[in-house]
Amino acid sequence: MINKIVKSLKDAVANIHDDSTIMIGGFGEAGSPVELIHALIDKGSKNLTIISNNTGSGHVGLAALIENRQVKKMICSFPRTANSTVFPQLYNKNEIELELVPQGTLAERIRAGGAGIPAFYTRTSINTLLSKGKEHKFFDDNEYVLEYALKADFSLVKCNISDRYGNLTYHATARNFGPIMCTAAKETIVQSKKIVEIGDINAENVITPGIYVDKVIEIENPAHESELVESQIRYLC
Amino acid sequence: MLEQVGWDRIEMAKKVALDIPDKSYVNLGIGIPELVADFVPKDREVIYQTENGLLGMGRVADKKNEDRELVNAGKKCVTTISGASFFHHADSFAMIRGGHIDICVLGAMQVSSNGDLANWSTGSNSIVPAVGGAMDLVAGVKKIFVITQHNTKKGIPKILDKCTFPLTGMNVVDRIYTNLAILDVNKEGLFVKELADNISFEYLKSKTEANLFQY
Repeated sequence: MINKIVKSLKDAVANIHDDSTIMIGGFGEAGSPVELIHALIDKGSKNLTIISNNTGSGHVGLAALIENRQVKKMICSFPRTANSTVFPQLYNKNEIELELVPQGTLAERIRAGGAGIPAFYTRTSINTLLSKGKEHKFFDDNEYVLEYALKADFSLVKCNISDRYGNLTYHATARNFGPIMCTAAKETIVQSKKIVEIGDINAENVITPGIYVDKVIEIENPAHESELVESQIRYLC
Repeated sequence: MLEQVGWDRIEMAKKVALDIPDKSYVNLGIGIPELVADFVPKDREVIYQTENGLLGMGRVADKKNEDRELVNAGKKCVTTISGASFFHHADSFAMIRGGHIDICVLGAMQVSSNGDLANWSTGSNSIVPAVGGAMDLVAGVKKIFVITQHNTKKGIPKILDKCTFPLTGMNVVDRIYTNLAILDVNKEGLFVKELADNISFEYLKSKTEANLFQY
């Protein structure tokens, strides 16, 4: 019987090891799998490369993972947001690497990684510093730059409803990077607000088909990152 | 703080709004561009896309109806219009990079007379660089409108012969809306489409580094 449901956050992140590349969903706090990130902090895996649109805020979630010195490199499009101080401080001391990627190129590199496409050409970043040193090619008189697919050892994603097959639906703009990150990792770990019986999600409404998902854990009342930040909560004591 | 000369932010946003045609699909950048949606004439049906996965973005949400997972590109809580749709990031940027969005309104640090835009980095090492979706938008959207103060707070020109900051894109801007004027970026250079109230062409020239032409 296929059953991707795991009972504890500890089980959810059990396979994550040092030196892993990990995709973490979310656009700011929308879709950020805060509980899974905190479980990864508890596990303590080090020397991680994290692929995520932002770098977290305050001292919780992704920012706390970085603050705990578990991350050697960030691949992202917008590393500073309101209330983000942890990453900029380490970056300015040269204590963390940054690969800055335009947001659409980041999304397409992840999509390509999940679809078995090793690289693609795009117009984005032509004539800018971010295409410097990369292979360029003309198609129909327009210049394009070669970008390589991104893959990961693990993806951490937050969804709204799931079942034991790992079929997922999302809520509003919390969907963002979730569906593509699910496709691009060797092991995809999902926190879901609700787990329902097989068949309860109408097949027409499934956004991520279960084939892409390895583990699902139910987190009924996930923390809101902005509320933790407003309350000045620090995950690390 | 300098005294406001010419149009204020609201008047600038109104000017942009009047140039957004009926039936347009529009992406609004963070900051002043967000104001534009409030002033599009009511008889025009315009659909707003936000790059984080929503087509049919409505107004900013009331405090009591905020959903932290329904946000715009600036991470502000927003609402949906009826007929809206959600999609993932690769689909969102397929809309942008695939040429499906008609107009994008962006802020700027610098714009040059041939339509180069710099709005993501000052080139300084002390600030963490952040690009977001700006390079995708200028590469893929059919028309790029820039809305910006004509000069920096210190009075330094932002409309230049050549940008000194790292570029977001080369030859990408179609029209510039500032507190002093509306400028068209044409092959021959920058043409003044409209001067703000009580602003003369001579005054505009004195505040602009780039060459300006009159129609």
